[in-house]
Amino acid sequence: MTPAQEAATRREAETSQASGVPAVVAPSPGPAAGSPPPHVAPSTADREQPKLQIRALRAWYGQTLALKGVDLVVPPRSVMAAIGPSGCGKSTFLRCLNRMHELLPGARCDGTLLLDGEDLLGRQVDPVVLRRRVGMVFQRPNPFPTMSVRDNVAAGLKLNGIRANHQEIVERTLRQAALWEEVKDRLDESALGLSGGQQQRLCIARALAVQPEVLLMDEPASALDPIATAKVEDLIHELKEHYTIVIVTHNMQQAARVSDQTAFFYLGELVEVGPTEKIFTNPDKPQTNDYVTGKFG
Amino acid sequence: MKSLRWRKFVDRFWTVASGAGVVLALVPLLSLLWLVLSQGTANLSLSFFTHLPAPVGESGGGVGNGIVGTFLLVAIASAIALPVGIGAGVFLAEKGDGRVGDAIRFVTEVLSGVPSIVIGIVAYGLVVERMKRFSALAGGLALALLMVPTLARSTEEFIRLVPGALREASLALGVPKWKTSLRVVLRTAAGGIVTAVLLAVARAAGETAPLLFTSLNNQYWNLEPDQPTASLTVQIFNYAISPYEDWHHKAWTAALVLLLLVGLLNLLARVLSRNRMEAAR
Repeated sequence: MTPAQEAATRREAETSQASGVPAVVAPSPGPAAGSPPPHVAPSTADREQPKLQIRALRAWYGQTLALKGVDLVVPPRSVMAAIGPSGCGKSTFLRCLNRMHELLPGARCDGTLLLDGEDLLGRQVDPVVLRRRVGMVFQRPNPFPTMSVRDNVAAGLKLNGIRANHQEIVERTLRQAALWEEVKDRLDESALGLSGGQQQRLCIARALAVQPEVLLMDEPASALDPIATAKVEDLIHELKEHYTIVIVTHNMQQAARVSDQTAFFYLGELVEVGPTEKIFTNPDKPQTNDYVTGKFG
Repeated sequence: MKSLRWRKFVDRFWTVASGAGVVLALVPLLSLLWLVLSQGTANLSLSFFTHLPAPVGESGGGVGNGIVGTFLLVAIASAIALPVGIGAGVFLAEKGDGRVGDAIRFVTEVLSGVPSIVIGIVAYGLVVERMKRFSALAGGLALALLMVPTLARSTEEFIRLVPGALREASLALGVPKWKTSLRVVLRTAAGGIVTAVLLAVARAAGETAPLLFTSLNNQYWNLEPDQPTASLTVQIFNYAISPYEDWHHKAWTAALVLLLLVGLLNLLARVLSRNRMEAAR
């Protein structure tokens, strides 16, 4: 068992203890079992308890309603891609999932957001604690410029005062992010000396170091060249063994390559969600078809 | 379309005109440097840095107590102004988008526009009146009042220069807001803030007016904050308005020393900010 797998197993054990429901039981009656989620096709609903359940999620910027009630279920250890034209609300959706949305002045959201059946939008939930469970990778690589490669990876642990074997976690997460071989000899150099693609994988390692359960990725490859993009995509394939991933992308080929399910957003509404292959070859809604075949967007 | 020759002529004309502007702007600076150097170097010696002022008629003596006094005054001023100014700057950058922030920003602008002699009177009223004595403390407070507004505004600007993406990166790791502000944002802006501090210190070291009736002057060494204290600037002022030829020379030399001190601080600020930009690249 690799250290990464060990960590994942440990995390699962913790979560199942916490919720009192075994995480990987076949027909487990999760909280949503009574009302089957509307959009998920039976073939992909893993019959596991869903990792994320989103119901009637709405988000505002001031008076503007940017997300008009989204219902979505994300099974554990899978990749959900959110696609759609600019301004369709897919990034807003992503930023609601770790409550980064509400940090903008005048922005707010409501609805139900369940992580392992636990409500995340409630007033009693501390967004700071939530963000340790739901990590995020941003569009542009944003390593901390004053810190070394090593300190960047350990930043989440250090800043949160988590006592652990930082050295071991740094190596493990850098290996997970497929960056270890490239940076193992320059751990104490500035993170700004890395290339853009390496910086982005460093940011992924940094997000993984705090051991999140869900990883949100906001167009993680849009600022990268094709080779670096391919590396990040390979990485996503490996990461989904242990993590639940929600990725926003402008690039439909990318969505097709990396995701198990695809959600198509348009004008603040979730038009259609289903297995990626179905969305790209035989979608139910004509709008989805027009978008994925390039008729608009 | 005008002819090529005409356009070339216009181009030439403005190149020459703006070049002449540069020369004109440099004339006062260079003549100032020339004057201070030519008049000031004659008396410059090691004893000028280490000795007390000599009485009238005696040759020799120095401004050692003035140099020490200037350092003491600037140290007191920094001890008051740095926490207040930087703290206010952090507040303005992090929480200053509402009415309170606008009000504070307005007040700092007004304060930075107040003539330094008026600041001196305020320090006189606040400290000298009550202590019944001129003191380094009063002088330091006056200088601090001058430093706070510039420090607050430049701290705010340097913090606002930190990309929002870094703040988001930290928050997304589950780091609380206050820790993000202190340990990510402020740390990233630290280089710029250090530069701003050095420039503010250099400016305070060169002030005379607010010290005239706060720290006054002192013919002897002093390190007590509650005693009148000599400073380079007031020393220069006293020497310059005196009727003695010898003191006039000493005023020039003291001016040279002050210029070197302030120039050194500016240079240091320059070097630090350049290093920071190279690190960011």
